[in-house]
Amino acid sequence: MTSEKEIVIKTEKLTKKFGDFIAANEITFEVFKGEIFGFLGANGAGKTTAMKMLIGISKPSSGKATIAGFDVYKETEKIKKSIGYMSQKFSLYEDLTINENIQLFGGIYGLSDDEIEKRRSELLNKLNLQNEADKLVGSLPLGWKQKLAFSIAIFHTPKIVFLDEPTGGVDPITRRQFWDMIYEASHNGITVFVTTHYMDEAEYCDRVSIMVDGVIKALDSPAGLKKQFNAHSMDEVFIMLARGAKRGE
Amino acid sequence: MKQLITFIQKEFHHILRDTRSMLVLIGLPIVQLLLFGFAITTEVRNANIAILDNSKDEVTQSIITKIESSQYFDIDQTITSNDQIEKAFKSGKIKLAIVFQQNFQNELSHSNKAQLQIIADATDPNQATTLTNYLSSIVKDYQNELNQQNKLPYNINTEMRMLYNPQLKGAYTSVPGVMGMILLLISAMMTSIAIVREKELGTMEILLVSPMKPWLVVISKVIPYFIISLINVATILILSVFVLGLPIEGSLLLLIGSTIVYIFCALSLGILISTITETQQAAMLISLLGLMLPVVMLSGYAFPIANMPAILQILSNLVPAKWYIIIVKNIMIKGIGIEQIWKELLILLTMTGTFLLISIKRFKIRL
Repeated sequence: MTSEKEIVIKTEKLTKKFGDFIAANEITFEVFKGEIFGFLGANGAGKTTAMKMLIGISKPSSGKATIAGFDVYKETEKIKKSIGYMSQKFSLYEDLTINENIQLFGGIYGLSDDEIEKRRSELLNKLNLQNEADKLVGSLPLGWKQKLAFSIAIFHTPKIVFLDEPTGGVDPITRRQFWDMIYEASHNGITVFVTTHYMDEAEYCDRVSIMVDGVIKALDSPAGLKKQFNAHSMDEVFIMLARGAKRGE
Repeated sequence: MKQLITFIQKEFHHILRDTRSMLVLIGLPIVQLLLFGFAITTEVRNANIAILDNSKDEVTQSIITKIESSQYFDIDQTITSNDQIEKAFKSGKIKLAIVFQQNFQNELSHSNKAQLQIIADATDPNQATTLTNYLSSIVKDYQNELNQQNKLPYNINTEMRMLYNPQLKGAYTSVPGVMGMILLLISAMMTSIAIVREKELGTMEILLVSPMKPWLVVISKVIPYFIISLINVATILILSVFVLGLPIEGSLLLLIGSTIVYIFCALSLGILISTITETQQAAMLISLLGLMLPVVMLSGYAFPIANMPAILQILSNLVPAKWYIIIVKNIMIKGIGIEQIWKELLILLTMTGTFLLISIKRFKIRL
């Protein structure tokens, strides 16, 4: 990677211990602006723990990290303003309408009413949801909900958006459409940090890291990894690495 | 500030959209109050009785008229011999029988003593006791009248006087009890469920990642339930005064003020419950078993605390509702001012503080 790229996430030996158990062990990596960074690992490998430290809801045991230039120990409030987050659990309010959800999250991130109104109509146009704007989110199909959730996660134009297994349970076509939205966000300069189980999705990323037993075992572009492990697909790379895992679920 | 307002709006959307919860929140207090005030009561009214008057004189007649004119008894039948008494009981139509001895008036005026026998159906012992008490007080009443008129030298005066609740109205105990229960139910249970629901749905995580401060999340959860609780206090008080005929002897302001203290206590308990539970069911179960049961059993609302075993008496001190019920009774019924209830208020405030402190501690540990 060339050095003129702006670094937006930087970790150095970031570690999280729960008693004797080391959930994340001396993780060191960098993510560049506008990049789609895939964060892979089997269940229990420590992905979620690492991500929680990055988004400021879990305090690291040791090590350093900066998110959008802010320190994860001291500047969590500033970090929170510069990131968006979408969890694996579907995370909008189902008993609120689309408009109300937008209003709520816009308000939480401190956008002005004019700004919310402007972005709201843009968003509805893009997703083609103008007629559904006053329907309860709970009545929408899962694929739409996920697209909406992603749009709301980047509604306040964060520097980085964290996606925790965002496409669980949807069909391949919707997944493809979802990834189109990710590409667009990345094109607009938003850095995308995504965890996933689907290896075809790993192929869409600019770079991927693979975590095994709390340690980052590999980090490169998908093409680079395949070359390094002499494999035909990311699937093979992943299986080769994950086979050595000692920790189960 | 804008964050807080948008968030409170959202909470109201949640509550207003959920019609079933809405019905519970607003309807339950009314139903409870009316049930406890009217239907479920230890008062007995219009009990059917039989009378065997072996004397049929002026005195027995006036006693019978007195009994009949009370709202507690209806004379179902007048019988003429002893063996009819049992038949009347067995038919199940009467709850009580009264037997006047022969020459009642004569005995009374000459030897100053007359016999009146009360026979009650004790298959329901509580009811039997209540009825005999009612009846003997009616008779004593009459006796007193007689004594006053005749200026008899002696007085068999075993006066029973019911302080503050002369008619032994059930509503006097049920209204403070229902208030203590409803406010706890709505404030503690509903708040804890509302907070835990966000955890369960995963939206809490989103909120924690957002710039929204955690304490703001909690406050905006609490405010709607605080408002609903106040509405409930208003409906309960209006119903008590205008439908159940209860007085508010003391200061209304003091009553509302102490109620707000109690609501704060219940809300902080709800927050505490939400920090120790992960699912809505668990929150509900803890609220019901951990709060409702003690309120009903140990607050002195259903069973008198003085009659409990020592351990339970000590435990009852930990139930916030106990103190609140004492306060409400004192203000509403006895008309006592702040100088008599400040201790109870202080206890409630201390409890509130303790609950909040533990919640904050637990909240930090979780992160």
